[in-house]
Amino acid sequence: MQTASIFSFHGGIHPAENKAQSLQLPLGRPSLPSELILPLGQHIGQSSRPLVKVGDSVLKGDAIAINNGFLSSFLHAPTSGTVSAIEERLIAHPSGLSDLCIILTPDGKDTWTTLEPLNNWQDISKTDVLAYLSEMGIIGMGGAGFPTQVKLQGAHKNPLTHFIINAAECEPYITADDMLIREKTLELVLGIEILQHLVEAENVVIGIEDNKPTAIAALKTVLTQRNSNIQVAVVPTKYPSGGEKQLIQLLTGKEVPSGQYPADIGILCQNVGTCVAVHDAIKLGRPLISRFTTLTGDALNASQNVEVLLGTPISHLLDYADANPNALHRLIMGGPMMGYTIDSPLVPIVKTSNCILAASKKELPTPAPEQACIRCGMCEQACPASLLPQQLLWFSKSQEFEKAEHHNLFDCIECGACSYVCPSSIPLVQYYRHTKSSIREAREANVKSDLAKQRFEARKARQDAEAAEKEAKRLARQKAAPSKTTDAKKATPAKAAPAVAEPASDDSKKLKVDIAIGKSKLKKLQKQLLEAQEKEHVEDINSLQLQVSDQEKTVASLEAQLANVAQAAPAAEATPAPANDELKKAKIDVALIGVKLKKLQKQLDESPDDQELKDKVAGFEADLKAAQAILATLGASAPVASAPKAAANDDLKKLKIDAAIAKAAVKKVEKALKKAEEINAPEIDAIRQQLQDAQQRADELEKALANPEAATQTAETTTAKAESVADSANADAAKKRKIDLAIAKAGIKKAEKNIQLLKDQGKDESEINASEWPKKLIEAQEKLATLESEQPTPATAKTETKAVPAEAQAAADMDLATQIKKEKIAVALAKAQINKLNKRLENSPEDTNSIRQEIDAAEKRLQSAEALLEKLIHSQTNMQENR
Amino acid sequence: MQMVILATIPGIVVQTWLFGWGTLINLMIACITALLSEAAILAIRRRAVGFFLKDYSALLTAVLLGVALPPVVPWWVTVTAVAFAIIFAKQLYGGLGNNPFNPAMVGYAIVLVSFPVPMSQWLGVQSMISAGETLSFLQSLQAIFHHLPVIDSYTMATPLDGFKHKDLLDTQTAFSSIAALQVPSLNGWLWVNLAYLVGGLALIWLRIITWHTPAALLGALLVMSGVFHLIDPTDTATPFFHLTTGAAMFGAFFIATDPVSSCTSNRGKLIYGAGIGILIYIIRSWGGYPDGVAFGVLLMNFAAPLIDYYTQPRTYGHKKAKSGLKVGEDN
Repeated sequence: MQTASIFSFHGGIHPAENKAQSLQLPLGRPSLPSELILPLGQHIGQSSRPLVKVGDSVLKGDAIAINNGFLSSFLHAPTSGTVSAIEERLIAHPSGLSDLCIILTPDGKDTWTTLEPLNNWQDISKTDVLAYLSEMGIIGMGGAGFPTQVKLQGAHKNPLTHFIINAAECEPYITADDMLIREKTLELVLGIEILQHLVEAENVVIGIEDNKPTAIAALKTVLTQRNSNIQVAVVPTKYPSGGEKQLIQLLTGKEVPSGQYPADIGILCQNVGTCVAVHDAIKLGRPLISRFTTLTGDALNASQNVEVLLGTPISHLLDYADANPNALHRLIMGGPMMGYTIDSPLVPIVKTSNCILAASKKELPTPAPEQACIRCGMCEQACPASLLPQQLLWFSKSQEFEKAEHHNLFDCIECGACSYVCPSSIPLVQYYRHTKSSIREAREANVKSDLAKQRFEARKARQDAEAAEKEAKRLARQKAAPSKTTDAKKATPAKAAPAVAEPASDDSKKLKVDIAIGKSKLKKLQKQLLEAQEKEHVEDINSLQLQVSDQEKTVASLEAQLANVAQAAPAAEATPAPANDELKKAKIDVALIGVKLKKLQKQLDESPDDQELKDKVAGFEADLKAAQAILATLGASAPVASAPKAAANDDLKKLKIDAAIAKAAVKKVEKALKKAEEINAPEIDAIRQQLQDAQQRADELEKALANPEAATQTAETTTAKAESVADSANADAAKKRKIDLAIAKAGIKKAEKNIQLLKDQGKDESEINASEWPKKLIEAQEKLATLESEQPTPATAKTETKAVPAEAQAAADMDLATQIKKEKIAVALAKAQINKLNKRLENSPEDTNSIRQEIDAAEKRLQSAEALLEKLIHSQTNMQENR
Repeated sequence: MQMVILATIPGIVVQTWLFGWGTLINLMIACITALLSEAAILAIRRRAVGFFLKDYSALLTAVLLGVALPPVVPWWVTVTAVAFAIIFAKQLYGGLGNNPFNPAMVGYAIVLVSFPVPMSQWLGVQSMISAGETLSFLQSLQAIFHHLPVIDSYTMATPLDGFKHKDLLDTQTAFSSIAALQVPSLNGWLWVNLAYLVGGLALIWLRIITWHTPAALLGALLVMSGVFHLIDPTDTATPFFHLTTGAAMFGAFFIATDPVSSCTSNRGKLIYGAGIGILIYIIRSWGGYPDGVAFGVLLMNFAAPLIDYYTQPRTYGHKKAKSGLKVGEDN
């Protein structure tokens, strides 16, 4: 055991500690309450999903809720009993919100389930240990409730110089960590050792304030006995030395860069409670079902620390600590500095509840009325983040958000030191919180309006492109018919060419502009995303990521359209140039698949264990190979297949452009490679592969460019076959249709994603319904259905060359498609109905039963509609395959 | 703010001892005027009169003005100064916390510019006046309310005034020939300044003000007077003279530290204080007035918001401090 050096941080205050009261009595263990209320969202991130139904009986330690996504956690039954309800209950929240809770009625036996400790934690992979911790419901118990496995995973970004255990407990009144260290010293040290095994930091330091001599002595004894190299750093008592950033500064002298995490500078912090929970989970197999909580305040006759089961209502604890209801003035969850008032004693203890402060009127008087800020600067002297609180107040009051941000409002840790010292009794932190949320709202609104604008523009561009395409095709068909009869005379297409080509080139111009716009938007979004990531705005990051990928898709589809239009032009100009068209298409295919592959590989790098991703990557690789093979054969046949000179010249131009693009691509990839080499990125091989591909492509194109004359000549000698023309036209149409389909599908996905996002953000059903997404979803689904029903339209082109039966088939297809469409609408309707019913269920709990029945009926309808839909789609694909 | 008022007590005591009852009478007039005008405006603005009167800000302005004005200045001068300070310099800007200028100094500057004659009538230090002729309480009252001509025999220039009007005399001769620059007069003003220094140090010790502004102000005054005295000792006074006469200490600890109208960050306070110190020396040496605290403070009040923008402290987690008005730039 060694002692560590101590640094200092700016500002800070010394409020009355009031810690002695709760340390008079030994650790208490309250009796089982009559019911346990277990909120599903006890941590940061998505709420857990219940694993149990009403009426299920569970044993102590059984998992009752499972994690819901990456940033989520498990929840376990704190005792044995029956699930009596899963319903909305008041939870501990500054705004007195309700949340979905599992209500457990204890059977009084407190029977443990079979516990399976993770004895081989040193031998199995760290990822498995992290997964195990997640399953044990371990989250940060210091206050924020960040799922521990996620935090530990994040710590692998950089090699850790410091692993800091936060035992500072700087808030007045709270002694839960103090008591925990005293009671479970060995468990704490073992827990730290397990975590150190997982994170492998150079230094392990326990940061503890000097007002806990007993705990420090206990720690030192155990550490000396175990000959441990864990250091104990005793820091002077000063609020808020227990703030993560402040403790890091105290123990390492380093500052966490604004908008980054401690892991970015090689530091990881864990609370003592979390360490003990990790020990209990791994060594004893016990999930997180109880915690140490301080019960204190003048309104309690028996202030003390208790080890309390999660879900215990606070009223039960107040009774246990012999509360005097007449003296009780304010009930605070947390400490007096950063805690919040709770209105009802019925709210439960959750994983992050470290203190219940039942204060008398004398203890926490109603704050004095706010007076004018005289800019005395006391807040500035107290601010641990070296902000200018007086200026921030000014900007908050005048709603000058930009200036507030410029004065680093978002670096405020809301510790409340400024409000504490303010001689004018201004609740500064409240002002900052309000301004922060206003700024976040404004940002969100901005993002939303940008999104709407983008959608509108994309839609308009697509519609224009479609109209132009149709027009071009119509003209092309007109052209194709006479040219067939005139036996492909050279003169005719040459004469007609300029007139026909005009709309097409117009289109391509428009599309190019659209693409440029789309790309600039993409860049902007990516920049925003980067900023958001820097500043840790989790909600922004999600929505921005979504937007970026959408925008990427839009650009890709626009490019595909451009390619199509570019194709349409020569197709209209000169009847036979099919091979080149296909070549081009094949190239686009290769490029698109390459992009997708790259994306997937990136994802794969991030989460190497995802089997699904691996499969996908493999599939795409196969696709890529196939597409490349097609490209190769087409490339070989291209010069042979193409026909008149005009077309060939056109090709020459195209080839030149292609070559230029390919060269640019090579350069870009080279640059990326360089960067990747600099940072030693894992994608380096993939990028190298890309570089090779790109170079190959550029070479090919240049070769093709080098002997265009030859190509033209060969082209002239070759007679194009009418059949191939028609085929290519079909292929063209099919391709376009596919793109449309893809767009429609992307639309559905997007809408679904957005709805999910809204749900994740905790918006309730009504807000989701109010937003345009559900409507969008239905619209997109309808569109998809229409598109699918349009299936035969391109086939009609085929009928020109193919046998009559195709027509009958097309009719059948149409039928099927209409049916599918109908069913899809039915599904959508049923879903909407269920949503509506759920909403009603929330609003009128009294007729729960009847509404539940209705929901059941609607769900049944939905299921049957879905089943039918599946069948129909299945038969449709079958038909298409059979053809 | 009560503490600031209490911290002026040593200065008030010394002034009363040196200049007679006039100081206290002035204070009374000033306080009554301040409370009345503050209450009247608050009532017109429909604010809680009692609540805001209890913040002592109006009283503090009155006290600062009361001790800054000459001891036997006619009553209407005091009333004008205080009323203007409270009504125009403070309340019309939105009350406490919103005034860009130091109200006391606005009031002082107004009467200094408008009524230069009564404003220059400082009494001679009492020990200088022959025995038995000290100004009684009644005489002081009469002087203030009736402006008796007899009083003229008691008035005398302040040392700064005397030095200002030394004309072509060199420093040495001025100090030996001008009455206001004799030892008793100088000692009197030394006592006044020491008393305010004591009060100011108490405020720093009580953490009501920080050391930055006074230290920068006095430091700048010291450096300026020191440098110029070294360059030309025959025409300039010593740094000690500059620091111990006039309103040097009073201005440094009680006027320049007004938080509302001064800079807010520690670095900003240093620049702000130094600016006032430099301006005081410039006005004293080359300006039209013998002392320059009021105008120095007012001029730096103008600059305070700008200084604030360029002296933001480096926030935790940022490599360097942000500065300037540029919004959206990140570091």
